[in-house]
Amino acid sequence: MPHDHHHDHDHALLPPDPALRVRALETILTRKGLVDPAAIDEILDTYENKVGPQNGARVVARAWRDPAFLQALRDDTTAVLADMGLIGRQGEHVVVVENAPEVHNVVVCTLCSCYPWPLLGIPPTWYKSDAYRARVVREPRAVLADFGLTLPEEQKVRVWDSTAEIRYLVLPMRPEGSEGLSEDELMQWVTRDSMIGTGLPQRPGGGA
Amino acid sequence: MTRVHDMGGRYGDGPVTPIPDEPLFLEPWHRKAMALTLAAGALGEWSIDAARFTREALAPKDYASFSYYEKWIAALADLLAARGLVTREELAGGAIAEAPLQDKALKGGDVAGALSRGSPSLRLGPDPRFRPGDRVRARLPAHNTLVEGGHTRLPAYAAGHVGVVVQSHGAHVFPDSNAHFLGEAPQPLYGVAFDATDLWGWSERAGDEVMIDLWESYLEPVA
Repeated sequence: MPHDHHHDHDHALLPPDPALRVRALETILTRKGLVDPAAIDEILDTYENKVGPQNGARVVARAWRDPAFLQALRDDTTAVLADMGLIGRQGEHVVVVENAPEVHNVVVCTLCSCYPWPLLGIPPTWYKSDAYRARVVREPRAVLADFGLTLPEEQKVRVWDSTAEIRYLVLPMRPEGSEGLSEDELMQWVTRDSMIGTGLPQRPGGGA
Repeated sequence: MTRVHDMGGRYGDGPVTPIPDEPLFLEPWHRKAMALTLAAGALGEWSIDAARFTREALAPKDYASFSYYEKWIAALADLLAARGLVTREELAGGAIAEAPLQDKALKGGDVAGALSRGSPSLRLGPDPRFRPGDRVRARLPAHNTLVEGGHTRLPAYAAGHVGVVVQSHGAHVFPDSNAHFLGEAPQPLYGVAFDATDLWGWSERAGDEVMIDLWESYLEPVA
């Protein structure tokens, strides 16, 4: 495999407009029998309707309520998630990192945009942005301030750079006021960003 | 030497700006770009490592100016041509050699199974040389030792720095080899903790840390 130029960047042969570029590739791949249109529909249905942050939120809510589940999650996260049907593409190996009064965890992928798809779905634009990838390893507290989050000085920050196929799910601390709630109710408190580390759980419907 | 994608620690990018209530896809073509990339990836002609390398091997000016899914689509076209699945003439708008749905194509009914299987990278491999608590130095410079300018998952910002092994992840496919179709060559993978002040010469708070997953050949022991 050459180091750099695959034939002077073959993609430049396609139309420059990205929408036309995608349409051209779709036509080529479909007519050549390399892509099944039914598979395209199925993939989109999966990520638009089935897989999203609600999956991770269920894991967090269950961990908040059930100490035995939390311990099992600590012992072998991937096995527990496999039992729940939450392992798969871009989430084959998962480690849960727990927030505590002394430590707050934040996840990034500085080299691309690795993200735990089976637990959180497709990453938001900010997660894939140059600004987030470049800055959060060097100045996590300044980046968290961009999200309106200020950590207490006694809480250290651990930034997890997902350089391999290990995906990290942040287990946020259970918030005050959430006592006695069911798993389904607790899930409403678990925001996507709280499972990446750029936010905290929120009382549903706003307010503190 | 590093590539444009290796941006951890870089200055000058400005604020992170979340989009309130961001839709799953910002443009209709983003949906298709995502699904086409996954469906074509299922042909089995390239690994995730090769796909990542193809994206980061875009010209720096393209990498910087392309949106996320533009990078995906450009890399998909490059991979399809490099693997001989489509021709340059077809990409350029010439006649398409039509064919019925091929056996290796991902069928609609197989999508759920394929996505839930994913592509695990854990392999049988050599026993780990390091243990949790060991001090290790990340290789300097960060580069692929098999292919000049090749893929590596050692971020430049960590190269030369000393960290502490916190977790042993078992043996995983080695991207520096696999990205270039040179075999999976699994080796032990570790979670390594680096002190922020040591990495940057400065930190927001003493004791903050950056945790990086690093393959054994990226690391050397520190007494």
